[in-house]
Order: sequence, then C-alpha cells, then structure tokens
Amino acid sequence: MRTPSRRRRVDVVFWLGMAWLTVVLGAAVLAPLLPLGNADDSVKGLTAPIFASPEGLGGAYPLGTNNYGLDVLARVVYGARTSLLVALLAVLIGTCVGGLVGLVSGFVRGTTDRVVGILSNALLAVPPLILLIALGTVLDPSVRSIAFALSLLTIPSMVRLARANTITVAQREYVLAARALGAGRLRLMLREVLPNVVLPVLSLAVVMISVLVVAEASLSFLGIGIEQPRPTWGNMIAEGQGGVMEQHPYIVVVPGICLFLTVFSFNLLGEKAQQRWDPRSAKL
Amino acid sequence: MTTDVNAPHVLEVEDLRTVFHTPRGDVHAVDGVSFSLAAGETLGLVGESGSGKSVLGRTVMGLVASGPRTTVTGRVRIGGRDVHALKPAERRRLWGPEVAMVFQDPMTSLNPVKRVGTHLTETLRRHLGCSRTEATERAVDLLRQVGIPEPARRMGQYPHELSGGMRQRVVIAIALACDPRLLIADEPTTALDVTVQKQILDLLASLVAERTMAMVLVSHDLGAVAGRTDRVQVMYAGRTVESGPTRPVFDVPAHPYTDALLASIPRLDNPPHTLLRTIEGNPPDMARPPAGCRFGPRCAFVTDQCREAQPEAAVVPGGRAVACHHPLSRSILEGAGDGR
Repeated sequence: MRTPSRRRRVDVVFWLGMAWLTVVLGAAVLAPLLPLGNADDSVKGLTAPIFASPEGLGGAYPLGTNNYGLDVLARVVYGARTSLLVALLAVLIGTCVGGLVGLVSGFVRGTTDRVVGILSNALLAVPPLILLIALGTVLDPSVRSIAFALSLLTIPSMVRLARANTITVAQREYVLAARALGAGRLRLMLREVLPNVVLPVLSLAVVMISVLVVAEASLSFLGIGIEQPRPTWGNMIAEGQGGVMEQHPYIVVVPGICLFLTVFSFNLLGEKAQQRWDPRSAKL
Repeated sequence: MTTDVNAPHVLEVEDLRTVFHTPRGDVHAVDGVSFSLAAGETLGLVGESGSGKSVLGRTVMGLVASGPRTTVTGRVRIGGRDVHALKPAERRRLWGPEVAMVFQDPMTSLNPVKRVGTHLTETLRRHLGCSRTEATERAVDLLRQVGIPEPARRMGQYPHELSGGMRQRVVIAIALACDPRLLIADEPTTALDVTVQKQILDLLASLVAERTMAMVLVSHDLGAVAGRTDRVQVMYAGRTVESGPTRPVFDVPAHPYTDALLASIPRLDNPPHTLLRTIEGNPPDMARPPAGCRFGPRCAFVTDQCREAQPEAAVVPGGRAVACHHPLSRSILEGAGDGR
C-alpha cells in the first residue's frame, strides 16, 4: 500500500550514491561486453603508449594508460569486477556461516553457545590486518582464497549480531506458541526465529561490503591480495608508488575515487538498511 | 487409571509439583495440585500474580518439563497418556491435536513476519497433512468460526494489521486448528479491552460447547471465570486453597483467601467513593515460603495452628475442597474443620 505521508524530501545524496552503485555494478557485470581497451594483457600493452594522459571519452585511452600501456578505464572496470566479486563473496560466506552459527548458538544456548562465544571472541581479538597478512602469506592469491580470508573478518560480528537477535526473538511468545503446537527445534529456528533475524543481519552485511572492499584494496595495495596484471582498485593505487603519482596523478586518482565513492555509497545503503531493519540502531 | 471407562477424563492431574532450581534456592511454583476435567467441562484457575497458575498451565501442557533447572513430579494425563513420561518427540505430537494453548498477549503470540494465513495453514499441513488448497480452505473456515469478518482477506494480512481482539481470535483459531480435546487458555483476555474481553470469553465458551472440548481457563479476573466455568480452583502460592463448582464457591466462599479476593472486586452497586477492599501484603517469596499455612501472614483469621501446620485439603459436601484450618461459612460446611 502507498502511504503519501512517506514522501518527505528526497535524500539526494542517497540517490546519487545508489546511482553510482548501479553504474559500478552494471559496468562490473557487463565488463566483457563493453567496448573497453586492454585491461591486463601486458604483451599487447608493449605496442601501446605508456603513461598516456587521459583523453576523455572520444579518445583511444579515455582515462589514460599505465606504465605497461594498459588502459586505465578498462582496468578500473575490471578492477571493480574483482573488488566487488571478492567483497560480495566474502560477505556472502560470512553472512551465511556467521548467521547460521549465531542462530544455532543463540537458540540452543548452553555449551554450544559457550564454545561459539569463545571462538568468535578469539577471532575478534586478533587484529584484522595481521590476520589478513598472516593468511595472505599462507594462501595463494586467488579470488576464492582472498574472499575466504576476508569472510573470517565478518564471521565473528555476524555471529554476535545473529546470536543477540536470536536470543531476544526466541523468548517471544510466538515461538512458545509455535512450540505449543508441536513445532520441532529446526522448524522453530527456521520458520519462527530466522525470518526475524535475517533483516538486521542483512543490513549489517551491506555495511560489511564496504568494509571488505577497503580491506581487499588494502591487501592488494600491499601486494598480498590479487596480483598484477589482474587489476583491482588496490593494486592500481599501488602503481602510483615510487614517484609515479607525482607525474601521472590519474593513475592513483581514478581508482581512488572509484573506491571512495563505492565505499561511501555502500555505507549510505547500509545505514539506510539498518535504520529500517535493525531495531536497535533504528531507535532515536 | 481411576475411572477410565465410565468417565473418560480428558485431563487428570495428580499431585503435580513444579520446582525451579534457582540460585536463590528452590522455588516451588506448583506445589501439589490435583484436579481432573471431563470433555465439555471448563475449569477456572484463579489467583493473583505469582500464585503459580500460569506455570501450572504450562506444566500441564508439558511446556515446562523436568530439566537441569526444573523438576516436575506427579502425573499429568491427557487423554490417558502421561505427558511427563512421554519422549519429547511424542509429547510434541500431543501438542496441537490433543492439547492446545491460547496465550496471554495476542500482540506477541503471533509472529510479526508471517501472514495470518501462514500461521494457520502451517499447523494444518504439519499435523493433518493437508494439501495447500485444503489447508487454505480449512483456515478460512476456522477464521469464520472464530467470528472474523472477511476471513479470506484476513489470510493475507500480517498480525500488525489486525486489532487486538482480532489477533486473539486468530490465536484461538490456530489453537483450534487441529481440533484439540483440551484447550488451555492462559489469561486469554488480559491484554484486551473490557468489551473485547467479553466477546473473546463468550467465543471460547461457545467453542467449548460446540466441540465438547475441555478447557482450562487461567485468569486473575474472577468476573471472567464466574459466568463461564463449571468448576473453579483458587490458587495461592502454588497450592490449591479452594476448589469446587463455580457458583457455590463464589457465592459462599469457604477459604478466607477466596473471600478476600471476592471482596476486593469493585461493585457497581457500591455507593460512590467506597474504599476498595484489598488484601494486605504481597504473595510470599516462593523461594522462602512461610511455615504453616502460606496465606497465614495475610489472613485476618490467623491462629497459632495456622503458623505451625500446613492445612491439608479437606473434602466438604457439594464436591468442594478447602485447605484451611478455620474455613468460613461453617453452616454449609458441616463437619469440615473445627469451625470458628
């Protein structure tokens, strides 16, 4: 149903953010279909000019080229593909695993809950960057393993949120009422509790995406994430090291702005989602 | 076990005790309660807050059962089967088709993210194995039976779209979905307006009559219990202080507690500004109940005998029982206790 009173003034910043996300996600998904330049073939790049200046949309290199003669626009789009893929995959793993573990431990309580609590607190106690660097040295730098490493960062907070919400929901009378009608544990968890827990967990997940986009960029910047020549925003920014940025600022500025706007937009979306769905942060 | 053939009791409760082990000590929430209930009969459980009536209701269901922090002793037989001797899975099969419960607050006893229809059809499909369309039909029919207008449209609505009275009707419809033989209504009207309260109570009474169900109506509202129950059981601090057919018990109470409860109901025919009579003090701390009669500290007629010995329930004429050393209204209770 439509409620006319809801039409307060339009949140311009929010909608600009959403527009940006649509463009980035669209470009990332459709990247292979777009008429883009050479993103990662450094052999072909040998024939192209290096450090070509941005020429605008009409030119051969709209956002210029890097030190291997690779097209920066193409790289930034393929970079979005990798960065977002890694972040989304990690959040997906983290939400599913963390959410389920939290749901079960909050519902079952007792020993299970205590063990889960100790493990998730232990994971929270390790400084995230150190954990990532440690994992980065052990795992091979593929999308899958980076996503796995990053998901470890999200699991403990997901577990906590899901567990806390489960505990409050599980005490509600409708859960007791369902039990009094003969519903089993699994049914109670999945049909009664889960639907009430899923919204706050999802809104945290959206915020997590932006955190993980930054985390992935940091890893790739340090060279323990996705490796060159495969582009990500992090390793593109790293190309600006050693005096390159001073002479060719666009090398850093382009992926930097993309990173900034994307993280900013995901945060806006996450905030909005939490206001709507997470009763605790919705108050006030 | 008693008279299985002649009077098949739907519910038999025998010396039921529920003890919660808390850090402050053992709390005897239900302390030796017995009663039985035949089909078509309604029993009112009354008492003030903390007298153990809700815990009794839940223990009868088996929702409160022995565990690490709870001990349940005594026997509860629903349809001849001992609820507390059953395995959890078997007990769950009892819930729904044999015994169902209506909860206190319809605001919280419906899941806010599930549609009214889902609540109903889920139960039907689970217990009776109905198909989707069959379940929907029966659900609409159930909603109509509990007096919900436009039942088909209500099916697609969420609980927050309904009023409190409507919600309680839905809760009742859910409880009735599997045609239970016993319905436990745990203060079904506490959260509702007075006018709606009456409607809901009348609805429950007519449903009990139609379906020849047995019903336990838990309430602290004596008025709610008075007109709509066959028998009444007055609880205080986990024990039954008085029981018997509703009318005589309320007309001529034999236990000082029943008397005091009835006296503290405001009456329309009282002159204006009449001070409302109250019972002094609070129910006892159940982790440290007083010695002797538990109502002793608040009783107007307390004697040394009351402080020393706990009165046992004495059966008196008219199917009544009183647990008091000095029951009131000696005249109708000849031979019970030594009078005063």
